[in-house]
Amino acid sequence: MRPFQYTRAPSLAEASNLTAGKDTLAIAGGTNLLDLMKLQVEKPGKLADINRLGFADIEDTGDGGLRLGALATNTETAVHPRVRSDYPVLSRAILAGATQQLRNKATNGGNLCQRTRCFYFTNIDQPCNKREPGSGCGAIDGIAKLHAILGTSDQCIATYPGDMAVALSALGATVEISGDKGERSVPVCDFHCLPGDTPWIENILEPGEIITGIVLPAPVGGKQIYRKVRERSSYAFALVSVAAVLELTNGRFSRADLAFGGLAHKPWHDPRVGECLLGQVPSDALFDKAADILLEDARGFGENDFKIPLTRRTLHAVLSQATEDAA
Amino acid sequence: MVLQGQEVRLADTITVNETAYPIPDDPRVSLLDFLRQHIGLTGTKKGCDHGQCGACTVLVNGVRINSCLTLAAMHDGDDVTTIEGLGTPEKPSALQRAFLEHDGYQCGYCTPGQICSATAMLEEIAADWPSDASEALNGKVRISGEEIRERMSGNLCRCGAYANIVAAIEDVAGGGQS
Repeated sequence: MRPFQYTRAPSLAEASNLTAGKDTLAIAGGTNLLDLMKLQVEKPGKLADINRLGFADIEDTGDGGLRLGALATNTETAVHPRVRSDYPVLSRAILAGATQQLRNKATNGGNLCQRTRCFYFTNIDQPCNKREPGSGCGAIDGIAKLHAILGTSDQCIATYPGDMAVALSALGATVEISGDKGERSVPVCDFHCLPGDTPWIENILEPGEIITGIVLPAPVGGKQIYRKVRERSSYAFALVSVAAVLELTNGRFSRADLAFGGLAHKPWHDPRVGECLLGQVPSDALFDKAADILLEDARGFGENDFKIPLTRRTLHAVLSQATEDAA
Repeated sequence: MVLQGQEVRLADTITVNETAYPIPDDPRVSLLDFLRQHIGLTGTKKGCDHGQCGACTVLVNGVRINSCLTLAAMHDGDDVTTIEGLGTPEKPSALQRAFLEHDGYQCGYCTPGQICSATAMLEEIAADWPSDASEALNGKVRISGEEIRERMSGNLCRCGAYANIVAAIEDVAGGGQS
């Protein structure tokens, strides 16, 4: 690792001041950041340790929801009694990612901010517009098995790699953010950005802004499913994942909140997919229609062409499972 | 260590196997390098140094983590247990003994990480924490080969001694149940 200064931020305000500077990054769990610093993908001059700022609690909100502290670990979140009972798709998504050792250290805020695992991004000998703007995208004509099929640009086809945020998107969670201009809340669905012409901008955090929590709305009825397809059965990133909150009333879909992982630079949430299911009787034709809408603009890059039919089949499997469980 | 400007003074100590040690001045020192190079506890191994292999697994305040992916400076006041703190050749822990009895290794390089990881895993199961392999998120965790393999997936063994590692862990996990 290159030399850097290390400081413990004494307060949230001070953490904002420190990280407003270009050269300073906040560190929480550090499992992704330190890995990238060893690879010299990240080269901060200073780290501001925010671990002792306190926002690590998981607590009920006044309206029946649940607030997950940004510094609560992924494990603490996945095993929390209310998450297990009321938001099982979130427990399942977290448990499907990484390893127990990593989940024990990784925080909820850090998980949202984790970087892509694109091989070109993590290898400083390769071109990457995200790491080095203007150097080109090696993946577009290269090794692209894990890469995006939706929302890509000619600058970048990397995916957002996480599982947790996919479940949070389906659950309609919001991110609480604190900065020098005050506090704001942003839906998880709107937190991450598509690459466009600025692939180095991955989320809407401004300099000096720090995630303090994630708020889950009051739980809803129905079946919650997280289905992750990967190349081995444990400790692998998603090729495709589906987070679903589905409910049938009198044999018709009365709720269909869906989000997808492994497909894009952000957890993919296309409200039209759920809307086409609402009020309809489950059938293979209906599931195909939902997949048609989802994949309308999908584009493969050779090695990842398989993701298009795989996404269709995975969505089909999730909708079938919800239907069978309701029967 | 005092840095310029608004920095906060880094204090002070990490407790490892019940002995307190000063935190090194260079903030780049990982917890793993601190254990191996600064205080001479070489039982914890460096495999990949990127959180992929689990050879560096230690317990921090009773929780298993990859010591390669955290800075020693971040652990002021924490309580670390390494393989040296779990038992001794004269008085091995139940898991240490089981790995010997079941031949749960070949070269042995991953073994300290495997045993630290399994030690914490048994606590997690006792607390009924679910895993990706658990059928239900709530209720008693039923120990099975599938559960153990999923829960130990952060520890690789390039010799491929997995069958005996699972047998060693099952032996202790089963013995602990009544």
